[in-house]
Amino acid sequence: MDAFLLQLAAGIATGGIYASVALAIVMIYQATHHVNFAQGEMATLSTFIALTFIQAGFPYWVAFGATLAVSFVMGALVERLIMRPVQHAPILTHVGVYIGMLLIIGNLTGWVFGYTTKVFPSPFEGGGPMFGGLLSAHQLGSVGVTLGVLVLVYLFFTKTSLGLAMRAAAYNPRSARLVGIRVDVMLALGWGLAAAIGSVAGMMVAPIVFLDPNMMLGILLYAFAGALLGGIDNPPGAVAGGFLVGVLENLAGAYIVGTELKLSVALIIIIGVLVLKPSGLFGRVVFSRV
Amino acid sequence: MSAIQDTPTLAAAAPRASIARRSVWLALGLAAALAPLWLLESFHLFQLTMAVIMSLAVLGLNIVTGYNGQISLGHGAFFAIGAYVTAILMAQADWSFYATLPFAAAVCGMVGYAVGLPALRLGGLYLALVTFSLAVAVPQLLKHRALEGWTGGVQGLFLMKPEPPAWLTARVAITPDQFMYLVALVVAALCYLLAWNLIRGRIGRALMATRDHPTAAEAMGMDIAALKTRAFAVSAMITGVAGALSAAAVEFVAPDSFTFLLSISLFVGMVVGGVASILGSVFGGLFVLFVPNIAESISRAAPGVIYGIILIVFLFVLPDGVAGLVRRVLARLGGRAS
Amino acid sequence: MLLEVSGLRAGYGPTHVLHGLDFAVEEGGVTTLLGANGAGKTTTLRAVCGMVRAEGEVSLAGQRITGLATEDIARRGVAHVPDGRGTFMELTVEENFRLGAYTRRDAEVQRDFERMWEWFPRLKQRWKQQAGTLSGGEQQMLAIARALLLRPKLLLLDEPSFGLAPLIVQDIFGILRRIRAESGVGILLVEQNANLALELADRAYLLETGRIVMSGPAAEIRQDEAIRRSYLGY
Repeated sequence: MDAFLLQLAAGIATGGIYASVALAIVMIYQATHHVNFAQGEMATLSTFIALTFIQAGFPYWVAFGATLAVSFVMGALVERLIMRPVQHAPILTHVGVYIGMLLIIGNLTGWVFGYTTKVFPSPFEGGGPMFGGLLSAHQLGSVGVTLGVLVLVYLFFTKTSLGLAMRAAAYNPRSARLVGIRVDVMLALGWGLAAAIGSVAGMMVAPIVFLDPNMMLGILLYAFAGALLGGIDNPPGAVAGGFLVGVLENLAGAYIVGTELKLSVALIIIIGVLVLKPSGLFGRVVFSRV
Repeated sequence: MSAIQDTPTLAAAAPRASIARRSVWLALGLAAALAPLWLLESFHLFQLTMAVIMSLAVLGLNIVTGYNGQISLGHGAFFAIGAYVTAILMAQADWSFYATLPFAAAVCGMVGYAVGLPALRLGGLYLALVTFSLAVAVPQLLKHRALEGWTGGVQGLFLMKPEPPAWLTARVAITPDQFMYLVALVVAALCYLLAWNLIRGRIGRALMATRDHPTAAEAMGMDIAALKTRAFAVSAMITGVAGALSAAAVEFVAPDSFTFLLSISLFVGMVVGGVASILGSVFGGLFVLFVPNIAESISRAAPGVIYGIILIVFLFVLPDGVAGLVRRVLARLGGRAS
Repeated sequence: MLLEVSGLRAGYGPTHVLHGLDFAVEEGGVTTLLGANGAGKTTTLRAVCGMVRAEGEVSLAGQRITGLATEDIARRGVAHVPDGRGTFMELTVEENFRLGAYTRRDAEVQRDFERMWEWFPRLKQRWKQQAGTLSGGEQQMLAIARALLLRPKLLLLDEPSFGLAPLIVQDIFGILRRIRAESGVGILLVEQNANLALELADRAYLLETGRIVMSGPAAEIRQDEAIRRSYLGY
């Protein structure tokens, strides 16, 4: 029983990581109706930038805030410079551009910061293990941060007019222009926000898995699975999906498939959701009537 | 209607000239393909063999993604399956290389068909996502303990190139490397011929129609589901055969030769060579093999960065790839190349 | 004049659909564009609000708006209810309302919400419902409400009766008459149902293959048997 609880707790902790990356994926989806394959690489780059700030002597939370700002600008620039010119191109082109960015950003990160694995500090150290050793302070803290970001994103999308305008621009750009929404600006903002959320995910992941240029590749897969499981157009669903995937992965790894095959759990979830319930567990069915 | 009636008359108008020109092209192509046998030493010949194999893999991808519009970012998986089927049969069961080829093709065709079934229900982006996930998961699957008895786990499997047969060595001096190049060339040529026949005929038009105007294609009575799953099967088969050839040429398979970067390379090769172009697949294979080698000499990260930049530049500037460029240059030079 | 258009040319790619139109909408007035399918009515509305590239002079309350982006024209007070309605199907009625008033920073948004509820009581009942689940008539009402919440100077309406049952069409035109009387917004109306349109409008223009072939006070055109027979077909 104790072993089971331990696996469950570990699942929730890793699930928090997947949840935050899933949230970034859903952000982009809300703003553009696309899934960015380079999301993980962008988050890794942000984390290296954060490490640079920290090593330069800035206090953790200052570095955290600065990284959010830099990542936001980076995301918005990517939209402006790279996505804008192919806005109306076929999906194959978009997928190609995402793959191109994945290659460029991932390898540039390695080139600039090196391939050696690095230790990344956690802001939640010193508390020691909690709940009878089930969770470390960092795990608890990062779950808290993920939930905090979720609440902010949820409020932003539902309560503020800017968030509503971003969703409107993604659903129906033509109508959005008719009510005076600057659709181009919304897209850039969406990319910026997603990059910022991704950077939070990166900074929360790095203390656990250590920082290296390929840190996010596997995590991205689980995050895809989480986002799809929860419903790709539903931020709270994506977070719940992320946690669920974390738990499933850990339990399946411990009791069913063994740890070497954990990635295929993500694969099975992705295929299963897309085939059986494409709107996800919590995704709402969208009606349309002509 | 009129278009259908016009075509035979147009085609009949210049049969002799076209046959003559085709024979010239064919002879030139044959000479270009065979010349390396005498011109290149062993290592470079091996690289060229791999380029031929990669072209074949890109051709497979092009059939499903280029011609049929189903985006696959996971064709490395089929390549890996083909390679492993051949390697396992040769290393564990002592089959001859030639006997494993149809077997590898059949297994990959079946797996491709099976992957094509769920793919039917997924729109463009989601299929890309699923196949991307597949590509990432492949090495892990290959390393799995349950399969270790067959796959050799992390260590992989060693095998031998097919030996040149006695009747051939009795007449000409030929090394195993040269012979492997010939084998790859012949198999690739056969597959290209098959693909070319498929694409330029009724099936090819149906594939492209379901890509460009799915609703119209369905209204005209095409069985879209059957077309798409079969396209996946043929595509996986061709890429799988390429994988089988690569196992023999490298004489070794291991999980980490089939990372998601392999799938990505095939995708990049397709875009750079030319989406929905048979000739483009040839350029794609050359690109996949030689560009990373050249870039690697700059730095470890350089191939990825250069790949990414080339990919995006092509998508922006030359969306129809090298093949499109060649076609336009030839057209401008006054030839009626198509 | 609220809207003055002269020499308006527009089209899609190389094809020209409009070959130099001149027309106007008065402050608080209703102008209707009539004509057969393909005459260029929809394109005219799109050209006015910047959804297609246009040449010529379009000015709103004396300011030139030709060539501006759609969102900038909207911000200057032109609200368009396009064919296909332009509502946000995936969002709720409430969210559609909020989007209608997206550009506004004044304090009267809530009061305008209430006014819309008064004009379209059924939308209040459907407040939290997804717009895609509304009936065709309710969607048209939502589209008009959404457009009016911009507090436009000029409202462009593209076939508000399209695809709706006769009774609902009566409803909608009843509301349009109220809007005309109570809000002071100028309306440029494109409509297949010439009889209804001429009843509402004070000026009418007749379009044929991208050219205006006749214009005049709506009441006169309505009375003119010859025009009705040869152009309007009723």
